[in-house]
Order: sequence, then structure tokens, then C-alpha cells
Amino acid sequence: MASRSSSSTAAGGSDSPQKPTKTKRTRRKTRKARAVGDMSRQMGESHRRFLQTMMVSGVIDEQAAKALYQYCCETHHTQYAPDKLEDFIDIINSRLQPMFMQIRKGMSEDNGLQYYALVNMAETDITRMSSDYADNELELFRKTMDLIVCSENGKASSTDILNSTDSMTTRKMKKSETEHLLSRLVHDKWLSEKRGEYTLSTRCIIEMEPYIRTMYQDHVKVCHICRNIAFQCQICENPTCGIKIHNPCVARYFKGKSEPRCPSCDDFWPHEIPEVKRPHSQSRR
Amino acid sequence: MTQRKRPSSTQSSSQRRHTGNLVAQDEDDDVAFTQPSTSQVQRGLEKLTPAQVDQKTAEVVQYFLVKDQKKMPVRRADLVKHVVKDYRNIYPEILKRAARTFDQVFGLKLVEIDPKNKMYILVNNLETPDKASPIRSPSNPKMGLLLAILSVIFMKGGVVRENLIWNTLKKLRVDPGEKHEEFGDVRKMVTDEFVRQRYLEYVRIPHTEPIEHEFRWGQRADAEVSKAKILEFMGEVSLPSRARLHLQMKLRALMMVCVSDLSFMNRTPRPGLSSTERPTPSPTPARPPPAAAAAVRDNHATASPAFFLFIVCDREAAPAAFC
Repeated sequence: MASRSSSSTAAGGSDSPQKPTKTKRTRRKTRKARAVGDMSRQMGESHRRFLQTMMVSGVIDEQAAKALYQYCCETHHTQYAPDKLEDFIDIINSRLQPMFMQIRKGMSEDNGLQYYALVNMAETDITRMSSDYADNELELFRKTMDLIVCSENGKASSTDILNSTDSMTTRKMKKSETEHLLSRLVHDKWLSEKRGEYTLSTRCIIEMEPYIRTMYQDHVKVCHICRNIAFQCQICENPTCGIKIHNPCVARYFKGKSEPRCPSCDDFWPHEIPEVKRPHSQSRR
Repeated sequence: MTQRKRPSSTQSSSQRRHTGNLVAQDEDDDVAFTQPSTSQVQRGLEKLTPAQVDQKTAEVVQYFLVKDQKKMPVRRADLVKHVVKDYRNIYPEILKRAARTFDQVFGLKLVEIDPKNKMYILVNNLETPDKASPIRSPSNPKMGLLLAILSVIFMKGGVVRENLIWNTLKKLRVDPGEKHEEFGDVRKMVTDEFVRQRYLEYVRIPHTEPIEHEFRWGQRADAEVSKAKILEFMGEVSLPSRARLHLQMKLRALMMVCVSDLSFMNRTPRPGLSSTERPTPSPTPARPPPAAAAAVRDNHATASPAFFLFIVCDREAAPAAFC
């Protein structure tokens, strides 16, 4: 970025005047010219298009994000460097920050792939959803989240969710209403469903992580490998250890190891080691 | 996309407003707000820190984005009452900064669609790209249907009696009299939801017995639909594949069948459409004039022409002669 002489400035940061003959005014002018000319730091049409796509899609996987980044740069004739996606997103995030919005990255517990989601950081509660859901619907969602967080396998069965309507304090929901709500939550990408069991979606985990860490700090599991919150994970069976590892993190960590051992207590790791999922093996986007 | 009906005990006042009678309450609130003068704004700004003004601007931006997600226009009265609040004396400055944020960060344009009632919507400001996005956005079939309706209205010179729209929808296998598997209550969606979103206007024709209405384009359609694109849409755009060409021809034929009155050519053109943009009449009846189907500028929540084609051709509603 700087075209000053290459001798590095001290860690303290302030510029030592390399060219004492330059006046303060010309130095300010060159600095400003550099800032304006240095388009890579500015928000441009390519960034806006990326952001608009994120606003429509909500969450996309890493491969799609890379393709989108390239498409946005090419459409608006912006300089494209394949390995600079994070920098590109940083520029967008710096402008989103005043609105408490952010494009955040997180891992899917199903396939271990990285996803990008446009999230709202403003509320630390689930009231971010409140414009779309009624109070009793939010209460049921909270109860579902309770079930998932406190479960061992990170899942809540539809039966358990239906039963939890008995203890609702807001207007009770009938079975059909509950089922309709659950399908809406899946459609809106807050929950995922497989074989009658519900898990928190990747987007939900990315967006709600701060809230979950605060609300469930005693119950929430944390992956020993990647340090993120974990729901669908394997647990070390040593009673004095009990560390948790995400299923995809298990796959990656124990890959190729003939005798898997707990990274914390060195006990034999008794669970089945899943296979590492590759991006191009995904049939869905 | 539909406005959620909440149980009345948990409805907040702003939501109750939207499901109840809009007109009377709106006018009262708006009358109460008088636009501050430039000098008042200046004095107001001096009393506040830049951080405070930025914070309030950000809140306004968030409010708009939430409302816009549902395609609901934002009323100035609501904005002042619920968001701007104590900062109402610098309201014009806040709105100006919010508009700048929309433009610079989101590529959206803040458009006033109703100068009398002070209502705003967000419209896409980015150019429609030549190449399609690699991301397949969640398809919105409602937009495909809306495009069909807007096309028909456009081809009929800007206003149509409701029966023509209902007949068009029936031909697309979307019967307003029946509950549709995708759209539910179709009549309600068209006459209520699309109207509230300002895509359509549904106005009673006086002295009709039984009561009849007519449809026109709404203010949002006026702002969002690129008029040049309407004409380019079917005809001159180069197509990527023969299959697509085939589909587009089926669509064109279908539109012709739905709107059989070709005297459209002699009507006064839509405001904003210059005479050079009018489709040229065809010399022989065998080759119908280029059908004008609405193409919504790649709005961040609306469909591309492909959806429209998908809806139409999926229903196999095109007459056999053109298959």
C-alpha cells in the first residue's frame, strides 16, 4: 500500500519522516491521493452486488462465496485476486458495522464446510426474529433451542417439541400450528430437519452464537479442536475428561490415524470416525 | 412475504396499525410532523455529537431494511414516531445520510413513491448484469405471477378491467376462485398483498353493477420496472440456448392469446414511454408484434425472467399450435 521507502516503521507505528524535505501539506496530499487511488480499500459496485446477493440468500457455502466474489469483480471490472475473498468481505463489513450487521463465517456441523452468513449483531436476544414470528412462536423456538442445546446429540425430536407446548406460558399452540411453525423455521433457515429430528441450522449457529454462549453458558458444548460451540459432536467417554469434538472436526483430526486417541486425556477414542466430506461431493449447492 | 397475522393479545401497536384501518390514523400522525427548516436542522446538529447522529442514521437504515424485506413501503410518520423520535428536528439530515448509506453500502436507492403521503421504498440501483449470477437465489414464484400481471396491464396501455387479469391467471392454471397450492388465496394475494406492496393499484370503476375494479401498475412497479427492458425482454436480447428461445416463443404466444386486442398499438403510450420505444406493428397477422413482458430490474428480492418462463411453461398453458 505505501510507496514510501521500504525500511519498515517501528512496531509503535508512527511514520518516521523518511523525506524531511517534503512539507506537511504535500505529505497530506499524497496520503489522500493514495487513499482515493487505492481502490482496493474502497467499497465499490462489486462489493454492493456481493452484499445484495447475501441479503437475498442469507447463507452460502464457501465455494459459492468464491464464485460470487469472482462474478462480482468481473461484472464490475474490478481487480480480482482469488485469495483475497476475506479482504473483500472485510471492506463490506467495515461499512456494515455501524448498522450492527456482518458477514460472518462458520462451519456446518453436517458437512464440515465453511459457510458465510449475513447476520444481525444488534440484538443479543432472539428478538431479531420478532418481526417475522409471533410471541408464542418465539417461545416455542426458544424451547426447541433448549432441547437441542441440552441434548447429547444436538437434536430435538418432533415429539419432544410437540410435548413442550404443554408448558408454554404464551398462547398455546395446537399440533398443526406447531408443525406449520416448524416447517416455517426450516424454510427460513433457522432449523434443519432430518428424519423427524430438528437441529440448529448453520445460519442459526453463526448468527446466534453470542446469544447461545451467554444464555446457555453452563450447558453449551464447545469443540476442543476448533473452539466453536458444538451441538452435533462426539464426547470422550473418560469421565474425568469428557471433551467434545464436532463430527466433522473428528473426521479431520483423526484422518489417517489407525488408533484414534483423545487429544486431551489420550484414552482410546471409542466412536466411529466419520469420513471427511469434500466440497465437490455435495449434490446440493 | 405475507403480513403475519398475530394473536391480538401479543400485537404491538405498530403491527396493529398495519392490519387495521390505515388511512385515518396515518393522516393524523403525519399532520403532526412538520418538516424542520434548514436553520433548525443546523442548530439541531450543533447540539449533537457525530456519533449520536451516526447511530440514529444506522437505526433508520435498519428499520428500512426490515420493512423492505417484506416489500412494505415506509411511511414518514412511522419512521419519525418509532425510530427518529427525539431527533425529529434533524430528520431531513438523517434521511439524507440514510439515503447515502443505501447508495454507497447497499447499492439501493431510496425513492419517495408518494409525495403527498410521504412514503418511501428501496429500489435496486445496480445495473442488470449481462451474465447471470452463479448463486441461484431462492426463487420467488409470486414475482413470476406478478410479472405476468404487469405485462398484461402494460400491453393494454396501462389499465385493465379485473376480469382480464383473472382470465389470464386462469390460463396460467392459477385460478383466483380456488385455493392454489403455492399461492393460497390468489385473489387476496393479487388484490391485497400486491396492492399493499404498491406493485398494483386496484381501483373501483364507478357506476358498475355488479362492482368491478380495474388494475394499474403501482408506484413500486413504476420505480422498479425498467421500461426499456420491457421491450427488449422478449425480442432483441441474445439467448444462450435454443431451449430458452423455444420457451420465450411459447411465452410470447401465450401473451398474445391472453391479450387478443391488438388495438393496443393505437392507445396513448404509458407515461415515461417515448414514441420511439413503442413496439412497431407487424405487417402480417401471422407474425405477432414483440410481446412486452415486464422484466423487473434485478431487484434484490425479485425474480429474473427465467422464473416467469418457468411458471408459464410449467403449466403448459400455451395453445397447442405454438408448442
